[in-house]
Amino acid sequence: MRVPPQPSLWRVLEPKWRTALQRIREERSRGGSGKLLILILVGVGFWIGVFGVLYRILKYFRGVEDVGPLLAGKILGVVLLAFVGILVLSNVITALSSFFLAKDLDLLIAAPVDWLRIYLAKLSETLLHSSWMVALMAVPIFAAYGVVFRGGVLFMPYAVLAVFPLLVLPAVGGSALTLALVNIFPARRTRDLLSIVALGAAGGLILLFRLIRPERLASPEGFRNLLDFIAVLRTPTSPYLPSEWVSQAIMEFLRGKVDLMPLALLWSTAAAFVTLGALLHRRLFAPGFTKAQEAAERFVRGGWWRLTVGTMLGFLPVAKREFVIKDIKLFFRDTTQWSQLILLAVLVLVYLFNIKTLPLHRGEAVGFFYVTLVSFLNLGLAGFVLAAIAARFIFPAVSLEGRHMWLLRSSPLDLGALLWSKYWVGTVPLLALALLLTGLTNVLLEVRPFMMAVGLVTIAGLTFAIAALALAFGALYPQFETENAAQIPTSFGGLVYMMATIALLAAVIFVLWQAVYQYVRSVYLGRPMVVEASMLVWFAVAAALCAAVTAASLWVGLRRMERMEF
Amino acid sequence: MIRLENLTKHYGSFVAVDDISLEVPRGALYGFLGPNGAGKTTTLRIIAGILRPTHGRVLLGGDDVHQQPIAAKTRLGFIPDRPFVYDKLTGAEFLRFVAALYGQEGDAIEGRITELLEVFELTTWKDELVEAYSHGMRQKLIISSALIHRPQYIVVDEPMVGLDPKAARLLKDIFRQFVTRGGTVLLSTHTLEVAEAMCDRIAIIQQGKIVAEGTVNDLRQQHRAGDASLEELFLKLTGGAHVRELAEVLGDGAAA
Repeated sequence: MRVPPQPSLWRVLEPKWRTALQRIREERSRGGSGKLLILILVGVGFWIGVFGVLYRILKYFRGVEDVGPLLAGKILGVVLLAFVGILVLSNVITALSSFFLAKDLDLLIAAPVDWLRIYLAKLSETLLHSSWMVALMAVPIFAAYGVVFRGGVLFMPYAVLAVFPLLVLPAVGGSALTLALVNIFPARRTRDLLSIVALGAAGGLILLFRLIRPERLASPEGFRNLLDFIAVLRTPTSPYLPSEWVSQAIMEFLRGKVDLMPLALLWSTAAAFVTLGALLHRRLFAPGFTKAQEAAERFVRGGWWRLTVGTMLGFLPVAKREFVIKDIKLFFRDTTQWSQLILLAVLVLVYLFNIKTLPLHRGEAVGFFYVTLVSFLNLGLAGFVLAAIAARFIFPAVSLEGRHMWLLRSSPLDLGALLWSKYWVGTVPLLALALLLTGLTNVLLEVRPFMMAVGLVTIAGLTFAIAALALAFGALYPQFETENAAQIPTSFGGLVYMMATIALLAAVIFVLWQAVYQYVRSVYLGRPMVVEASMLVWFAVAAALCAAVTAASLWVGLRRMERMEF
Repeated sequence: MIRLENLTKHYGSFVAVDDISLEVPRGALYGFLGPNGAGKTTTLRIIAGILRPTHGRVLLGGDDVHQQPIAAKTRLGFIPDRPFVYDKLTGAEFLRFVAALYGQEGDAIEGRITELLEVFELTTWKDELVEAYSHGMRQKLIISSALIHRPQYIVVDEPMVGLDPKAARLLKDIFRQFVTRGGTVLLSTHTLEVAEAMCDRIAIIQQGKIVAEGTVNDLRQQHRAGDASLEELFLKLTGGAHVRELAEVLGDGAAA
C-alpha cells in the first residue's frame, strides 16, 4: 500500500493558528478595537514602567567604574535564571495539557502522522504557551540594557538570537519530565502532583530568594573589602547554567566584543536537547498516552463537609446550603484550584517579612509618622494583594458554572441564591486573610490602636467590595469554554477588573487620607487625639463608597447572569 | 400540558425558531423530530428556561417559564443532549445536589437516590467521582437527576445517545410508565424507529418551523404516504430523500 506523504509541521498546527486567527477576527467584528487599545495601553505602560526602573538602575551602574558593568551582568544573570526557573515549572504543566490531555490528540494520533511531527508540533505549542509572557517581559529588560550600554541597532536581533535557545531548553526539559512522570502516574493524577510540586517549588524559591536578601548586593558595606565584593561579582553563578551563557553573550556584545562561544553553546545544547527529547518521546509517548486515559480517583467520601459546613449552615434553605457545600467540595477536590494556596501562603510570608525588615523605628517622632504612613499605604497594597487573589479565586466562579448552567437554569434555583453562594464562599476566606494580613502587619509596625482600628475596618469594607467586583466582572466577561480556572483571570475581563479595583483602592485611600492626616497632625503637634465630625464624614464617605460598589456590583452581576444564554 | 405560543428565537440575523405554536397534552409522549440544525435543541432549551425566546412564551401547566420560572421549573425535569456534570462530585452527591435545587432533602431523597442508582445500575459507582464515568453512565446519571424530584413534565433531548441496549429499553419503559401515570414527555430524537414505536404524537421541525404535526397515521394521511414508515415520511418532509451515489462517496476503498 502506498504510504501517504507526511503533512508539514505548519499543517499539523493549522487548527491551532486558524483558531487563533478566527478569535482575533471575532473580537474585531464584535467591536473589540477598544479592547485591543486598552490591552496595548496597559502593556505599553507596563513595558515603560519596567524599562524606566531598569534604565535608572543601569544608568547608575554604568557610572560606577569597574564594578558597574559587572553588577549589571550579575543582575541580568539572576533575572535570566529566575526566567529559566519559571519556564521549567510552566513548561512542565503546559506539556501535560498539550501532550496528554488536549482534545486534538485523538485525531492526531489516529491519523497517519509520524511521531516526530507530533512531537515537534506539541513542543512548539508548549513552548509558545508557556514562554510568551516571559518573552514579552524580556523586551523592556533587554531594551534598557541596549539603550544604557549603547548596543546599537544590531543588539535586539542579537538578543533574540541568544534568548531563543534559552526558551527551547526549558520547553524540552519540562516536556521530558512530564513524559517520564506520566509513565509513572496516570496523567490526571500527575497533573495534581505537578501542580502541588511546582507551586511548592515556586513558593520555596521565592521564600529562599527573599530570605537571602539580594538587595544587600547593592550595598557593598556588608563585604569585608572591595576586592571580596568584586570577586563575588566576577564569579559566574555556575558555568553550566544556560542563563549564564546568555548573560555572558549579551554583556560581551555590549562591551563591543562578539563572543561566539556562549552562542555556540546555547544553540548546540538546544539542538541536542530537542534530539534527545524526540528520542525519549518516541520511546515513552505511546505508553504514557495510554496511561493518560486512566481516571484519577476512585472512591470519595464527602461526609466531612456535610457534617461541618452543612451543620453550620443548617439555618439556610437547602438549595443555598447544598450550593455552598458543592462549591467547597469542588474547590478542594480540584488540585489546580487549591494548590495555588501554597504560593499564596509564601507570598503572605514574604509580605510580612518585608514589613518586618523595614528600617522604621529609628527616632520616636519620625518613627511615628513613617509607621502611620506605611500602615496606611499598606491598606492599598494589601487591597491590591486581595484583588489579585480575588481575581484568581472569585473572578472565575461564574465562568466555571457555564457548562452546568443547563442544570441550574432548568431548575427552580433562584439566580440570586447562586450569586449569594458564590459571593460568600469567596468572601469569607478572603476576609479572614485580609484581617490577618492587615492585623499582623500593624502588629509588626507597632501602630497605635487608632490606626489598627482604621486598618481593620477599612480592609474589611474593601474586601466586601473587591469580592463583589470580582464576581460582577467575572459575570460580565465570562469564559465558558475554558477548562482551566487559572487561565480565566488572565483574560481581558480580568484586566478590566484589576483596573476597576485599583480605581476603587485609590478612591478609598484618597478619602481616608483626609481623616488620617488630621490624626497624624494632632499626634505630631502633641494635641489630644479627638475624633472630629469632619473625620467621621470622611470615614462615612469611604464606607458608603465600599457599600455602593458592593451593592452595585452584585446587582450588575445578577442582571448579567439573568440575561446570559447558554 | 406543555404549551408553546408563537415561539421565536433569533441569533443575530439567523432565525433558529420561527413562530412555533404547539400543545403537548397531559399524559402524552410527544416526539419532536427534525434534521440537524432545524431548531430542536434551541426549542427544548427555551422550554427548559435556559434560553430566553425573542418572542412568544412557554407555559408549563399554566405557568409561564420565563414569567413564573420557579413555579414552572419545579414541575420540570430536563435531560440535555450534552451531559456536562460536575466532574469532582460523586454520583450520589450530584443527585443530592440536584434534589436540593428543587428544595428537597432528607431520608425520602436518600431513599430515592438509592432507588434510582439501583434502577440504572450505578450503585457500585455511587461514591466515585463523575470524572471516572463513561458517557453512557453520565447519561444515566443525568436521567436519574431529571427524575429525582418526581417531575410532572420531562423534556429530553436525544436521550438514547450513549446508552447500551439494556438502558435504552429501560428508559423507554420509564417514559411509557411515566405518561401512563399522567406525566408528560416531550422528546427529541433522531432514532425514528424509537419515535414511531413510542410517541403518541409527533411534530417535525425544519428551518425553525413546524412542517408536520399529529400522530404517525395523521401524517401519513396528510401527506398521502400510504403505509410509509416514519423514516420515509421524515425524509419526504425534510427533503433528505436525495440519496447520493454511495459508490461515489465511498470510493474504491470500501470494495477493496
